[in-house]
Amino acid sequence: MKQTARIISTYSADVMGVCSALFELGGMTIMHDASGCNSTYTTHDEPRWYDMDSMVYISGISEMEAIMGDDEKLISDIVDAAAVLKPAFIAIAGTPIPTMTGFDFEAVAAVIENRTGIPSFGFPTTGMNTYIHGASMALAGIAERFVDDPADKKGDGSTLQMSARKIASIVDSCCMKPNGIKVNVLGLTPLDFSVNGTDDSIVQWLEREGFEVVSKWAMGSSLDEIRRSAEADVNLVVSAAGYGAAKVLYERFGMPYAIGFPVGNELPVLLADQIIINVKKYREQAEDVSFGKTFESAEISVDSGVFLDGSSGRDESTYEKGFAAVIGEGITSLSLASTIELECGIPAKVLCATECPEGILRECDRMTPDEDDIIPELEGAAFVIADPLYKPIVPESAKFISLPSEAFSGRIYRDEIPDLVGDINELLIKIK
Amino acid sequence: MLKKVNEKQNTRLSADEIPHVRIADANFPAPFRSGLEYSSPARGTWNIVHTGMLIPEAHEIFVCAAGCLRGVVLTAAEMGTIDRFSTVAVRENNLLDGDMEDLVIEGVTDIINKLPKRPPAVLVYTSCVHHFTGVDLDMIYATLRSRFPDIDFTDCYMNPIMRKSGLTPDQLMRSRLYMLLHEREIDPEAVAIIGNDLPTDEDSDLVKILNGAGLKVHEITSCKTYEEYQQMAESRVYVSYNPDAAPGGDMLSERLGGIHYVLKFSFDYDEIDETFAGLAGVLGIEPRSSDEIAALREECERELEETKKLIGDTPVSIDYTFCPRPLGLARLLLSHGINVTKVYADGIPGGDRAAFDSLQKEHPDLMIYPTVHPGMRFARTANAEAQNGVKILAIGQKAAAFDETDHFINVVEGGGMTGYEAITRTCRMMREAFLEKKEMRELVQVKGLGCEVCIR
Repeated sequence: MKQTARIISTYSADVMGVCSALFELGGMTIMHDASGCNSTYTTHDEPRWYDMDSMVYISGISEMEAIMGDDEKLISDIVDAAAVLKPAFIAIAGTPIPTMTGFDFEAVAAVIENRTGIPSFGFPTTGMNTYIHGASMALAGIAERFVDDPADKKGDGSTLQMSARKIASIVDSCCMKPNGIKVNVLGLTPLDFSVNGTDDSIVQWLEREGFEVVSKWAMGSSLDEIRRSAEADVNLVVSAAGYGAAKVLYERFGMPYAIGFPVGNELPVLLADQIIINVKKYREQAEDVSFGKTFESAEISVDSGVFLDGSSGRDESTYEKGFAAVIGEGITSLSLASTIELECGIPAKVLCATECPEGILRECDRMTPDEDDIIPELEGAAFVIADPLYKPIVPESAKFISLPSEAFSGRIYRDEIPDLVGDINELLIKIK
Repeated sequence: MLKKVNEKQNTRLSADEIPHVRIADANFPAPFRSGLEYSSPARGTWNIVHTGMLIPEAHEIFVCAAGCLRGVVLTAAEMGTIDRFSTVAVRENNLLDGDMEDLVIEGVTDIINKLPKRPPAVLVYTSCVHHFTGVDLDMIYATLRSRFPDIDFTDCYMNPIMRKSGLTPDQLMRSRLYMLLHEREIDPEAVAIIGNDLPTDEDSDLVKILNGAGLKVHEITSCKTYEEYQQMAESRVYVSYNPDAAPGGDMLSERLGGIHYVLKFSFDYDEIDETFAGLAGVLGIEPRSSDEIAALREECERELEETKKLIGDTPVSIDYTFCPRPLGLARLLLSHGINVTKVYADGIPGGDRAAFDSLQKEHPDLMIYPTVHPGMRFARTANAEAQNGVKILAIGQKAAAFDETDHFINVVEGGGMTGYEAITRTCRMMREAFLEKKEMRELVQVKGLGCEVCIR
């Protein structure tokens, strides 16, 4: 039956995705919840909780406040706390109870902003979607509200060219010729990339390829760095958590985006080439109109599932027997599946258990939110690459390759989560 | 020390700015206004998953939204009991379609049919959304019982929205632990200790008295099978000493007919004697003699003196997760010259009222700190800076985390102590903690301290 899980875990929820995405940006995030969300988030979803002093709280809504529609209690609690703690912004994220009571997130955020003078967001999460939904919504909110318009700084040239000092710095540090393209990395949260250095490896890869990294959304960048994101030429969406922000930045500034997680020995090279080619094309188109603002053409996206061989995946029958199944978040899993196909010569399909924007997955891939969706898709698999908490439902005939994810198993296997950008070979050798 | 998330934001608080109140100025029972809540990284207290797993061979099924399922499923995974745990996810369409009863019935049925072995008991946990949508729980359980007559079902709840009205979720869960007991012939020599997550110490006053009287003692923590668990129903007397177990004890007594006796958890000599004398009366045994009591008190005094001698004026902090009477402990230690400076408690337990009143007069400068106030986010950093390397001895995990000290007692929920033994054991643990460091950061983040007892 759909919606049941006899033995597997469940993904981190949308409300936690909001908290995770905003964690390092100096704001105050409130989960509008009775209790439980806070300890769940801080225990299982947030590896930075012990070491970084981010302000994440719950509202502690009671039965009477819910029944009576007493929003004023929440508003005054937030206003009081903000007066002392002075956050850079305030975000309220929802859970099942506010969903049921019809809580007006937007209106309450507006009241709070009016009283405090602090930019405030209301994210109508329900606690019933996965973290991807919430993280994407939160980063889109940041993109909408905090990214400065380069047009406001016309004349300083920062949007078109890197400074000579910056170019020299990149050349010195990377011994690689800069390609003159600036990138934001969108969709970085520990839920998909843990705290094992994967975020740094992505930056190092980009710099080795000659890109300049403007900002990382949202691990390792301050809100001030995020504000400068429109100085970049392109956004790299490494998980679906970054997709909402990519769309907003495209709409606001005409910034194109690439989609893909640079995992493997060959795929990152292809990905970098595609970004360079497409950004150049895009600039040419832009120059035909007016710089960076009004594009009639569709956005240029670089989809790791599409560009590898110019097709949208192999014939479906290829995936009926002897294939590899990658279970997890859509974009990271698709990139890994692509790498397995490229480097191991084995067909690999994605079983995506979290929300994924349309048009990214291939025909052979599947959206599998429930245990009963996944089990039939594993029949005939030669390899299953997934979090260890999926193992009980993997057929014995398939070789199980453990790839833990904070978003699924929390902190249990944290020490075993690999930095796949830094080194993929240990995983691939189990398949080859 | 915590890393600042944004160096340009000035959101650090100094030690003086961390919320606290002199006990002389504190209100009973709520010294602090409720508001937004912070979550300390200390995780040793048990939750409803841990507690439910105390019933041997039982299977837990949670029916909630994904966000609520996340914490409980990973609790089960971390404690190594995920094979006794399943979930049914409530989605938005279920709220709109009004098919919540069907979702619970068909979801639970589906899971039971897929289990490799039929469990003797199933604990079905419904949540806040069921409460608010007026789900017909009676119909749900009646249907499940008729579908699976070989399985005992009980209603459990994950509805934290009710924590400020009626029985708390913790009290409710402790009461559910015994709802599956079937009535059976009462054995006049059988006694059950009820309502604890952790086993009662073999050296505790309670177990010594029960064993000394030759009684058969049941406790859920030592039951290895469902049948052993059922044998608890033969008890003539049910003894609870965790205050949150009292409502469940009353329900049990009413349902099965035994006597429920509430043994007070206390650090006050006279109260200890009074409560154990009451127990002796209920059990029909001789109370402790005055000589025995004098010897026990002397032992406590020796332990307290030795502790004071060793730790001197070292500041001591206590938190409410250590035991049900943190202020009672503070009063005892302060009265023996031990330098208790802080008590971490968001509210004052009813049983601590006498200690509260006494401390207001005798030690008015004792500071009460909250644990969930938003400003406590910055307490660790502020305290570490203010302490400047001075050793702090913490009694309890939250106190240890807030005071950033590796010198702490790693015990939750009273740790199975009762009577005078709670005093002597606490003193011994204080000396040990003073002399030896523990890996505080790692230890306090483990969920459900001692939950290995659930794995049989």
